[in-house]
Order: sequence, then structure tokens, then C-alpha cells
Amino acid sequence: MKLRKNALVGIAVAATAVFGLAACGSNPDSGSAGSGSAAAGDGITVYNAQHESLAQEWIDAFTAETGIKVTVRQGSDTEMSNQIIQEGDASPADVFLTENSPAMTQVENAGLFADVDQATIDQVPAEFRPSTGKWTGIAARSTVLVYDKNKISEDKLPKSMLDLANPEWKGKWAASPTGADFQAIVSALLELKGEAATEEWLAGMKENYKAYKGNSTAMKAVNAGEVDAALIYHYYYYGDQAETGENSNNVTPYYFKNEDPGAFISVSGGGVLKSSKKAEDAQAFLKFITGKQGQEILKDGTSFEYAVGSGVDSNEALVPIKDLEAPTVDPAKLNSTQVTDLMTQAGLL
Amino acid sequence: MSLLAVLIALFSLVPLGYVAYMTVATGWDTAVELIFRPRVGELLLNTVMLTVITVPLCLVLGAGGAWLVERTTLRGHRWWAVALAAPLAIPAFVNSYSWVSAVPSLEGIWSGVLIATLSYFPLVYIPAAAALGRLDPAIEQSAASLGLGSWAVFFRVVLPQLRIALTGGALLVSLHLLAEYGAFAMIRFDTFTTAIMVQFQSTFNGTAGNMLASVLVFLCLILLLAEVKSRGTARYARIGSGAPAKATRLPLRHYQLPAQLSLAAVTVLAFGVPVWFVLRWLIAGGSEVWAADEFLPALLQTLMYGAVGAAVTIVVAFPMAYLAVRRPSGFSKLLELSNYVTSSLPGIVVGLAFVTVTIRAVPGIYQTAGVLVAAYVLLFLPRALVNLRSGLAQAPKELDEAAQSLGKAPLTSFVRVTLRLTAPAAAGGAALVFLAIVNELTATLLLSPNGTRTLATEFWSKSSEIDYSGAAPYALLMILLSAPMTYLLFQQSKKVAGQ
Repeated sequence: MKLRKNALVGIAVAATAVFGLAACGSNPDSGSAGSGSAAAGDGITVYNAQHESLAQEWIDAFTAETGIKVTVRQGSDTEMSNQIIQEGDASPADVFLTENSPAMTQVENAGLFADVDQATIDQVPAEFRPSTGKWTGIAARSTVLVYDKNKISEDKLPKSMLDLANPEWKGKWAASPTGADFQAIVSALLELKGEAATEEWLAGMKENYKAYKGNSTAMKAVNAGEVDAALIYHYYYYGDQAETGENSNNVTPYYFKNEDPGAFISVSGGGVLKSSKKAEDAQAFLKFITGKQGQEILKDGTSFEYAVGSGVDSNEALVPIKDLEAPTVDPAKLNSTQVTDLMTQAGLL
Repeated sequence: MSLLAVLIALFSLVPLGYVAYMTVATGWDTAVELIFRPRVGELLLNTVMLTVITVPLCLVLGAGGAWLVERTTLRGHRWWAVALAAPLAIPAFVNSYSWVSAVPSLEGIWSGVLIATLSYFPLVYIPAAAALGRLDPAIEQSAASLGLGSWAVFFRVVLPQLRIALTGGALLVSLHLLAEYGAFAMIRFDTFTTAIMVQFQSTFNGTAGNMLASVLVFLCLILLLAEVKSRGTARYARIGSGAPAKATRLPLRHYQLPAQLSLAAVTVLAFGVPVWFVLRWLIAGGSEVWAADEFLPALLQTLMYGAVGAAVTIVVAFPMAYLAVRRPSGFSKLLELSNYVTSSLPGIVVGLAFVTVTIRAVPGIYQTAGVLVAAYVLLFLPRALVNLRSGLAQAPKELDEAAQSLGKAPLTSFVRVTLRLTAPAAAGGAALVFLAIVNELTATLLLSPNGTRTLATEFWSKSSEIDYSGAAPYALLMILLSAPMTYLLFQQSKKVAGQ
């Protein structure tokens, strides 16, 4: 009798398992179709490679203003640009936001962007967007060397970013070569100085640098005294200073200026996919973030990225963008594919 | 049964086929250029060293712990039995996060070995303890009565019977080492998997990443061959359900204190440290890190994927385990092999293969939950297989035959005898798969439907921006979710042991 009962339990368990199987076939699909269709029905999908927190601030304000729901897929710049290219016309993305422009150029070259609305383009000065009008700048960030004052005196600071490849800098500086941020800096170097100089600099870098995952961890390492300096973007420093400063109180930012490749200002981009079935809402989103309200989120929020549109000033804590003496680089010319190839060759990736 | 197994094996070959296809499509010259470069040498050295050092450490800790708990007069052995399984509830990347909080300068191979050993030794301990508890003491008593001493009995009788459990556990540990991303990325230790992830973040499915993946597949093949070779062919099953005698416990005497101290040290390092630092960050973060609208959906989605994925995986694994145990042949080994190869691929490669294949071949299911569940099944099939296989090995086919000779139809005898006897092993396997899904990061990042967040992806996103307090609630939830599963596993191993 006991055996019978156990067999029954066994059958019940098996039935539950089969039920689970059936649920797998329908439940998650219908679940995602449920939320997916909610997104597809009355909202847009953003492929976001910008900082999640900044994108969320934009999205919350946009949804509050327009009632349009936004679904986010989070990733990194060139990961998502390549993903969009693979997805082609079937891409679920309506809008693509990046931290740096090379990924935008890649999608543009694949012919997947729709023209940005004229009203949006009018909000952004020409130096922060490509001449083609296929995407627009949404924010900007500057290259910076953060260093430990106790380890490097001011007169020993490098005149140019190129000096970091020299032997005296061996083991002294950190970077996050895997990030789109650093790769954008290399793409500017490639555009400004050419392939041979870039190859040589990357080879010197491989000898000299210490790899960290992410700019914030690189800065944290300088702060903790693990390494003397780190080549990162400016806002990691100001963001941390605005919070507790526990990862940045021992570091000092140093701008190369003088139109050095190391003074490169990288433009974050936004574009609407040609394949979007919600083009109107997607264009409205882009217009919103480059508009006054969207740009003021850059000024007043916690991102500390530079504002680029609608005449909005950047956060007061930052060095004004015109004082940075950045080199002139056409964002449309930055080549991400060649950069990753060169970095792979140099053994950095 | 065979047909099912073949179908599943073919399905599991999708990611492997993808890697092979990409390697061929790349062309010989480019492939050679990308594979034979110094960076690959660095990664190879790192990955091989990591495996060579960590696996023996896990074997010693796992088998040693199991032996102390099951076969000696260790005080509080019931308590220790749970304590040694508990670190399994801590995902490796949470372990890494805690250790990095404790010692911020942790980096490189020795840190990798430390974290990997502490995270993965239960994968050896649990099957070893289960096998030890279930060994027929009559064999040992016979050996003793024929004049062997305690040590000789251990090495010549007990250890050989643990062979399947130990080699299986060692294989699981090695596969984890090859596939782990988060834990090693956090301490800046580069293996093939972290390098592939780096390539992925730069190029999506670029050629260089695919070539790294093919080297990784090659490493995995070597491991699998080693495991198959060392598994052996001996059969250890009791026939008849007569009451098994209670195993005798070896008196520890003055080794009691050292044994207690070393187990305490292992537990503190593997379980105490991670839990302590998660709690510390939670307290530091205060109430504002508990944004319910963020973590509730993540929790629900994680639960759903875990439950569905575990159930499907067990159902899918059964035909394979059945073939491997009941009809062992070169063919069944080949089938199993195809699954092990797939599961040893990093989640990122499986994810990438599914992304590419679904976009190109079946766009209708691209970015649906079903695809993610399918990836989980492929990735975690071996966890179910190892358990089911040892469960089936203890359910001799003679019992089935006996039931049939007594007039039961083959299907009935299969359900009433074989399925029933393997049910505990199946539950154990399901628990392991659930655990794995809750903690899976890379494939989830790639394949999850738009807007889906799991505990693991949220934890990773926060800790990558060094928001350690914000990441703490997710770490805690992952641990809390994993804990009952780990306990279930422990109970299961006791049940199977017939206590």
C-alpha cells in the first residue's frame, strides 16, 4: 500500500514536471509577450550603452512628460552596435544610445539609422554631431589622467598622452582597455596621428600599463595607491567627489589640453533605427534628451557628463568645455573596428 | 530513449556547430594569426595553471571533508555535513565581491585559486559524501576480515568506489573554472572566458572572440577525455533491498580538535567571509538600497527562470543518463560528450550562438524567454546528468528485470522501479540546476528578453559601477534563494544514503 502511495506521488511529481515543460513552452513566452507587447504596444525599446543610471533619469522624465513607456536593454557600445547590425531589419531596438561615437558610426555605416528629425538637430551645435545627420550627440566626456599627488610631482606629469608609452612610465599607469571609453580615445589617436604611431603607442602601452575592468575601478586603484595614475574620463572623478569621495579623495585630475590626443572629447550619441515601427515616439525621445529638460538632467543630475544641446550649461563643478583645448575630431571618422583589430594585435584584448 | 537522446545531443551541438562554423568561415590564415599570438599564450597559461592548482585542492577539501563527516566520529557531524555544503549557496562572483571588499588589492592567479577553491569544493564534497554514505559497509567488512587495516581499506576499497563521484566532481569543478566570468573579472584575473567576454563587449561576435572560443572548446575536449579515461568500468551496486548495515565510524581520538579547527577554518573562509561582507554593505547602504520596484521584478523573474529551467533540464537529461548507465557504449559516451562540450563552453558562447542562430534562422523566437531557458538547459545539463547517472548506477537493471519477470509491463516496471529509485538523484540534480540558473550571468545578459533583469545581472551591473551597497541586496537574495536548494541537496544525499 505504501508503495502504491509512493508511486502516486511519483506520478504527481512527473505530471508536475510535464506541466512545467508545458509552462516553459507557453508561460515564459506569453509572459514576455505580455510584457513585450506592453512594450511593443505603447512604448519604445532603447538599446542603451550609456550609464544605466543616466539613461534611467532621462527615461523617467520622458515617461512622466509623454506617458510613453520605455523598455531598456543594457549593454556596451560596440557590443550593441554589432548586435544591431546582426539583427538588421528585425532589430527590436527603436533607439540606440552610446557612451562614445565610434559605435554610432558603425551602425550608420551599416545603413541602419533613419535621419534624425531636423528639430532635434537644430538643438545640437555642429561640433557635437556628424554632418550626415544620421545620429546626434547627446552628451560629451573628456579624457583625463587622474594621478596620485604623493607619487607624481606636477613637473613630472606627461606633456602628452603619447609619453605614457615611454619606458619611464612602466608599471605606473592604469587603463580599462576593454571599455568603449578607452577604445574611443585610441580611435581619436588613430584619426589624429595615423596607424603607425597608434601601433607603436599601443605596443608601449602593453609594456607599461596595468589593466583594470572599468574606469571606476582604475580610479579606485590610484586612490588606493596600487598604481600612480589612470587614463580615464573626467566624470568618474566628479561623480565620486559628489558622493563620498571614498574612491577619489587621494587623486587629482590632470587635463592634457593643447589639442593633444589625450585632450580628446568624446561625443555620446543617440540615433533612431530605420527599422523602428515606433519612429515617431523614438524621434520624440531623442528630441527630449537633447532638449532643455533632458540636458538639464546632465547639468543637475549625478552623471557629471558635459551637456551639449539646447544651450544648457554643464555642471558647475566641471572645467568648462571650452577650456579643455580639445583636438578637432570629426566623430564620423572614428573607426571602432580598426581600433579593436589594432588592440587585439597588440595583445591588449 | 535512444532517439530522444540523439535529438537532444544534436540540439546541444548548436553552439559547438556555431563555433566550428565560425572557425572554418574565418579562413585558415586569419584563424592561425588569431590563435597563435602571445595573448593566447598568456591566457592558456593562466587557465591551465588555475585548473591544475584548483582541482586538486577541491578534491582534497571535498573528499577529505566528506570522509570526516561520513566516516569518522567527528563531533557534530550532522551539523558539519550541512556547513560544508553551504558555500554552494554563495555564487562565485558574490564570493569574489566579498573578498575584494575585504582585501581590495586581491588580483592574479592566487586570488583566483583562493576564490575558485572556496566556491567550488562543495561540488566535490556533495557527491563524495553521498557516495560514502551509501557504500555497502559489507564490502569493507569483508576486506577487514581478510586482514586489511583501516588505511588499506580506505585506499583499496573505499576510494575506488568513490571514483565516479570524485572524477565527476573534478570535471564539474574544471568546467566551472573554464566558464566562470564574474568572479575572475572582479579580481582582474584573465582566463579564456573573461577574454572572450572582453572581445564580445568590443565586437559582439567578432572573429577574435570566436577563435578564443575554439581554443576553449579544445581545452574542454582534453578534460572530457581525461574524465572518461579515469572513470573506470567497475560496477558497484547492491542487489536486493535488504537492510544495509550502518557504516562504522573511525574513532578520531586526538585528531578530533585539528579536524574541528580545519573544518571551521574552511567554513569561515568559504561561507563566513562572503556573508559577513554582504551584510556589512547592506548595513552601510541603509534602507535606500531596497528599492522594491527594482528588486521585486528581478526576484520574480529569477524564480521563474530557475524553476522552469530546472524542471526542463531534468526531463531532458534523463534519456542520456539512462543510455549511459544501462546501455553503455561508444555511442552513448559520444552523446554525453556532446553535452559536456556544450556545457563547458562559457555561457557567452552559447548565448552568442543562440543569438546568431535565432536572428538568422528563426527570428520569431529571437529574444524570447524560451530561448534563454533552452540555453540554461544546454549549459546545466551535466549537473543533472552527473546526479542522474550515479542515481541510476545504484538502481541496478536486475531489479527492473525482476519486476518484469513478475509480470509487470516494461513501462510500468520502468516507472515503478527505475524512476522511483532515481527520483532522489533527480531532485538533487534539479536543485543544482536551479542554483546554477539563479547565479548565471553571461548567457542571461545576452539572451534575456528586453527589459528582463535577474538578480545576477542586477548585481553585476551595480557592482561593476562599484556601487557595492546597491549590489548587496541582490547578493543577499541570491544567497537566500540558493540556501534552501543547498539544504535540499544535503537532505537528498542523506536519503539516498538510507539513513
